[in-house]
Amino acid sequence: MEKFTTLTGIAAPMPMINIDTDMIIPKQFLKTIKRTGLGVNLFDEMRYDDDGNEIPDFVLNKPQYRNAEILIAGENFGCGSSREHAPWAIKDFGIRCVIAPSFADIFHNNCFKNGILPIALPQEQVDVLMNDAEKGENARITVDLEAQTITTSDGDSFPFEVDAFKKHCLLEGLDDIALTLEKQASIQSYESRNAVERPWV
Amino acid sequence: MSPKTLYDKIWDAHVTHEADDGTTLLYIDRHLVHEVTSPQAFEGLRMANRKVHAPDKTIAVPDHNVPTTEGRDIFIENEESRIQVEALDTNAREFGLHYYPVSDIRQGIVHIVGPEQGWTLPGMTVVCGDSHTATHGAFGALAHGIGTSEVEHVLATQTLIQKKSKNMKVEITGKLAPGVTAKDITLAVIGKIGTAGGTGHVIEYCGEAIRSMSMEGRMTVCNMAIEGGARAGLIAPDETTYEYVKGRPHAPKGAQWEAALAWWKTLTSDEDAHWDKVVTIRGEDIAPVVTWGTSPEDVLPITAAIPAPEDFTGGKIDAVRRSLEYMDLKPGTPLSEIAIDTVFIGSCTNGRIEDLRAAAAILKGRKIKEGIRAMVVPGSGLVRAQAEEEGLAEIFTEAGFEWRLPGCSMCLAMNPDQLAPGERCAATSNRNFEGRQGRGGRTHLLSPAMAAAAAVTGHLTDVRDLI
Repeated sequence: MEKFTTLTGIAAPMPMINIDTDMIIPKQFLKTIKRTGLGVNLFDEMRYDDDGNEIPDFVLNKPQYRNAEILIAGENFGCGSSREHAPWAIKDFGIRCVIAPSFADIFHNNCFKNGILPIALPQEQVDVLMNDAEKGENARITVDLEAQTITTSDGDSFPFEVDAFKKHCLLEGLDDIALTLEKQASIQSYESRNAVERPWV
Repeated sequence: MSPKTLYDKIWDAHVTHEADDGTTLLYIDRHLVHEVTSPQAFEGLRMANRKVHAPDKTIAVPDHNVPTTEGRDIFIENEESRIQVEALDTNAREFGLHYYPVSDIRQGIVHIVGPEQGWTLPGMTVVCGDSHTATHGAFGALAHGIGTSEVEHVLATQTLIQKKSKNMKVEITGKLAPGVTAKDITLAVIGKIGTAGGTGHVIEYCGEAIRSMSMEGRMTVCNMAIEGGARAGLIAPDETTYEYVKGRPHAPKGAQWEAALAWWKTLTSDEDAHWDKVVTIRGEDIAPVVTWGTSPEDVLPITAAIPAPEDFTGGKIDAVRRSLEYMDLKPGTPLSEIAIDTVFIGSCTNGRIEDLRAAAAILKGRKIKEGIRAMVVPGSGLVRAQAEEEGLAEIFTEAGFEWRLPGCSMCLAMNPDQLAPGERCAATSNRNFEGRQGRGGRTHLLSPAMAAAAAVTGHLTDVRDLI
């Protein structure tokens, strides 16, 4: 997995609540058998009209946000399905950090598996960042995972919470499976125990 | 010993390793796999030269992409869909998984096939790369959706790296009024708590209304726990559960059945267990409901009218404005005056035999309104066969419904069953998101009986008028 340490980039404002995974990547793009190439279809139905032309008003189509690396959104971001295509599309577009008042559980978890940092902040702080993001490409936000801080272009700084284990994996770019396989012995001993206690499983 | 919830008990029985910070390696008893969220996971295994750790606990079935019309076992026209279904076929055979291809009568929606075949049992941990895995919680199994990276992790290790969720109790007291079903309960709960109300929690549903419900109804309730934000919903197992499970192909038998039963009977929340959140709804207060917006929390009784954006606060005001524009609805319009052009009965929420019976009971001796396109998609080949045996298929076709082959169908429009832009559908599925059933399509979620009523009248209808 790609490491996440610090990131300074343009933040795109999406002041909507309940941005669901069907919005992030509509179902017709789930037919791929690859993890890459989905960025062009990120937010597809909001981003393109019926003929496939860009809708100029959509935030990621505006010149100042085309290279956004951070997304600021409303509460319950990523609700809906478990499709990891959602974080894949976000990452493929170039976004490495999503900041919102709250996230849906499965999406939140999927982000960490793909080198994306989801940050939940109180609504008032998200409002400050949202205002900052409205300034466009001149407003760059810095996210420092090690220090757990977000700093705006005006110098406002907010601390954020992150699970210690997930932070460690992101900072080091660790592969979950390899980590778990180091605990193979505990899995095997569980299985032997279970074969006696619950043989029907 | 401190009192525990059902969730605590299942969790504790599956801990293989716990770190100091509570990060736990949780053992997974059943891994269900479908064609959309698994190809990248199998590819990952191959690239790292890894094997499936427990193929005997892994069950594969294609459902999202498959057409629901004849001939699909010979050729799937859409190339991308075909490639995904073929990839599952190859992966299931190569890695030696239990597998139900479309040519097998047992094929269907993965969350209907699992319980039907007895793979899902009380006290188990069940995962699948699909958020509606919550369905299996109806058996008192800890079941939730996972992403593809986690699918790969479970394939390789039969475990998941987890932190424990909080405990939430949702109690539905008393009895349900006539015409009110499990779907109305689960929608009413989401309407009350909101789509983020259960975030970070596992919900246990309890109370008299849940206890008196069949397994089919309980699966409908747990299925939509995720729409309330909870990854998993649970219902403690009881006689209804054991009765359903007994004799299923993969259920334990003989002495093992007795041993299993003895353990299952301990799987209830202790009386003085701690709950982080409690919600109580009186069963008598629940009416047949429909959704009017583009979030599953946009729920109202069928007797109500479309709300106005100003009726809400915060970010919801803009969200409602956007929803009403997308849905082409005006505040103040009675819900029962909304005309529909499509009816979809099926999905992992409402594609089981009891759902088809409830819809057929309304349709018997009636015809659907002229011009309506109505389809019923049984959740599995076995549900379909049973419905044919019970004469339900005939009732549907005589009423004017299309009688389809099993699959996810129009719930998510990854297959040929889709809404065209502007079409409005009364659907028994689980999500009314923008574009969910097809770009520009408009979805009203409701129960199978309510969907049947809408098919007859051509507009959203209070099913109690037709009983």
